Amino acid sequence: MTNTIADIEEADVILITGSNTTENHPVISSFVKRAVTRRGAKLIVVDPRRIKLAEFSEKWLRPNLGTDVAWLNGLMHVIIKEELYDKAFVEKRTEGFDALKAAVEKFTPEHVTEITGIPARDIVEAARIYAGAKAASILYCMGITQHTTGTDNVKSLANLAMLCGNIGIPGGGVNPLRGQNNVQGACDMGGLPNVFSGYQPVNDPGNISKMEKAWGVTGLSDKPGLTVTEMVPMAHKGEFKAMYIIGENPLVSDADLNHAEASFSQLDFLVVQDIFMTETAKTADVVLPSCCFAEKDGTFSNTERRVQRVRKAVEPPGDVWEDWRITAEIASRMGYDMGFENAEAVFAEIAMVTPSYGGITWERIDREGLHWPCPSTDHPGTPILHTETFPIGRGKFFPIAFIPPAEITDDEYPLYMTTGRVLYHYHTGTMTRKTEGLNERSPESFVEISKADAAKYDLKDGDRVKVASRRGEIEVVLSVSDKAVDGTVFIPFHFAEAAANRLTNSALDPVSKIPEFKVCAVKISKAA
Amino acid sequence: MDEKTILINGNRLTIQPEETILETARRNGIDIPTLCHLKGAIPTGACRICVVEVEKARALMPACTTPAQPGMVVHTESPEVVNSRRISIELLLSSGNHNCSVRKSDTGSFTSFQLEVQKYDNTDDLCPVWGDCELQDLAYRYQVSGEAFESTKTKYPMETVNPFIVRDFSRCILCGRCVQACNDIQVNNAISFGYRGSEAKIVASGDRALKDSDCVFCGECVQACPVGALVEKECRYAWRPWEARKVKTTCSYCGVGCQLTLHIMDNQVIKVAGTEDVAPNNGSLCVKGRFGYSFIHSPERLTTPLIKENGKFREAGWEEALNLVAKRFAEIRDTHGGDSMGVLTSARVTNEDNYLAQKFARGVLKTNNIDHCARL
Repeated sequence: MTNTIADIEEADVILITGSNTTENHPVISSFVKRAVTRRGAKLIVVDPRRIKLAEFSEKWLRPNLGTDVAWLNGLMHVIIKEELYDKAFVEKRTEGFDALKAAVEKFTPEHVTEITGIPARDIVEAARIYAGAKAASILYCMGITQHTTGTDNVKSLANLAMLCGNIGIPGGGVNPLRGQNNVQGACDMGGLPNVFSGYQPVNDPGNISKMEKAWGVTGLSDKPGLTVTEMVPMAHKGEFKAMYIIGENPLVSDADLNHAEASFSQLDFLVVQDIFMTETAKTADVVLPSCCFAEKDGTFSNTERRVQRVRKAVEPPGDVWEDWRITAEIASRMGYDMGFENAEAVFAEIAMVTPSYGGITWERIDREGLHWPCPSTDHPGTPILHTETFPIGRGKFFPIAFIPPAEITDDEYPLYMTTGRVLYHYHTGTMTRKTEGLNERSPESFVEISKADAAKYDLKDGDRVKVASRRGEIEVVLSVSDKAVDGTVFIPFHFAEAAANRLTNSALDPVSKIPEFKVCAVKISKAA
Repeated sequence: MDEKTILINGNRLTIQPEETILETARRNGIDIPTLCHLKGAIPTGACRICVVEVEKARALMPACTTPAQPGMVVHTESPEVVNSRRISIELLLSSGNHNCSVRKSDTGSFTSFQLEVQKYDNTDDLCPVWGDCELQDLAYRYQVSGEAFESTKTKYPMETVNPFIVRDFSRCILCGRCVQACNDIQVNNAISFGYRGSEAKIVASGDRALKDSDCVFCGECVQACPVGALVEKECRYAWRPWEARKVKTTCSYCGVGCQLTLHIMDNQVIKVAGTEDVAPNNGSLCVKGRFGYSFIHSPERLTTPLIKENGKFREAGWEEALNLVAKRFAEIRDTHGGDSMGVLTSARVTNEDNYLAQKFARGVLKTNNIDHCARL
């Protein structure tokens, strides 16, 4: 997030898209709901599903799946045409406005209606509400990113925010809601193929020599590596030999699971390190048991870039180790002694080689976490990014063209399917499905469908149905719901036994390499 | 006299705009007891515990709703104030199953009441929140026995039909904190005051069970409840405050990073609460963070390294497993090159774990093939 969670309550207008916030980030949703009910902030929800937050919205836009660039360009078209944009900000802080203006020129409200199904009047009104705010916050989540145009979608949100001067101010910002406790930290720490910790590129000779010196090694590769979504096809071709998987369950969370399973089985050697015998661990050659969060010391970095302490509360079961210790022990057996006594010593090294974490110590974050960048021990942290300038100087507008999703419906697969989470479960369910009460509230997978679609396919609420895509099929219970829009069904991806990802499309965004989890074409029929 | 000051118990204090007497007092370290007051919610002034004497005012004023006005002279523990608080506490104690045995516990009337309540609770223990109850604290502080008034019988049966929260109306003092927690803080709008007068009850819409209502089981109401009316089902009667060790940590579910206070007994997490007064969540949690902790002590946890032989796992020691992994990784690296290998680190583990995973991939395997499931 460019801004903080608390900052949401400072906004006059909140635009939420691709985030079912009350179910996926319930505590953040309370900040949004308080802003609306207690401070009179106006909420714009853009989501095909009738999510709970739609009830709190001033305006709810219901686009067709995968048409985000179109409605975003539509908003900007109106804002530019009616001269509602922040001319001073555009002038002083940005570049590329003319190219943006040209790109959104043809996205008239009427044209946007054709693509998105959103009434033209609503596009105009939403544009006026957003542009009329003193401070407007944008919140988004995987409904924006998990598309073949995910990067375009995010750039479009950034265009909109910059156009109205909503960057670098309290109550503004472009705020992705991170779905996992330490996805921010995993990125910050260099758990990415192209950067060391703190987003220091691996193909920069200066960074290479700095890290070689700090680590006491030679021969670091300056060739950016592969993303997980690129490793899997390599494995499928037999060109990938070994993997070391720590605390991940790709054999439920990957797109197009049947293909992923075939790929993993090609590996010569697979090591999985986890707290449970996950679907992925079952396929491993060696399984290494690790501590869960309550059994170890360390830090997580949350969605607002706040680095916070994790503390050991209980002893782990059996003979179980912390993840970092296991990794360090493998390294020392391969001839490289990492030499850390405890997790705090690891953090000290992180601070030493990572400028944005340079001023953070465990002592400083004992009571309350700090927001990076925090370059020195007397720096108070940075709750709001880009207040004076952008890292590249001026913010760059990107002209973005609309590209439809990779798979569209046809006679054989006439329905769109999208995936997500439910309130009571988390990701692949390995943790939440161990709690009886959560299972009682949400016992099994389902496919959510509109009343009209259910009638069209002669299906009733509670029927067992078969849902199939070009890649696989699953059997689930039908849930007829007014959350669903005609033509689109929703399936949660928590349930391994009816894994939604047997159906999803692994087509990737060309830049971020994210699969298009949020759009594929399916058919539905009563189970035999 | 300075225009922006008031006098509380003889202390001259500066007031801030739109501040209540309670806020001025607390900001200056003067304790005024409250019961229905919930931080972050809109004050209601319902319980009258926080009443104070304001010179020249005709009646005692609730400190939580009365604006601090320049020139006010306030007494927070005058005989009149204490007397009023004692009557309020007496009334609350006699309103239900408040078997905390504050005083006169050697008299026969308490014993028979106690036995009756224990039968209702199906236990031989005291109130489930004994030692963790704000009403009990007040009863001790003001030495109130709860025997001055005839005790009233409970009208509504206990609700236990959901997996997380026990609603014990016999201990509800109708302070409304749960209603505020639900409506003002979490804005889930699932519960409200229902019925009138002596029939009053906190109800979910249409007086349904929570499980059939709009309740999303965030448990904000449980954390807000000052008495034993709302208690986590899992740990009701399982612990007393002096038995549990508390550890503050960060939730391991979504990316909000809520601060949790784990309650530990016998190496088991027995209860989770949101840590008050700390960002980002200021005490709030969701159903997963508050109630989804069973996985920690699940019998399905892996407890020893496993090595697969002929398609089946067998248990192994760390030495054997680590040596095998190191040997095979080294062989593959040296034969096929580091770029034929990959590490998937995790959005679930700590920064320290992640940092070493990338250091391992880059420094030992000599490849940048490291990623995690940010995209999935």
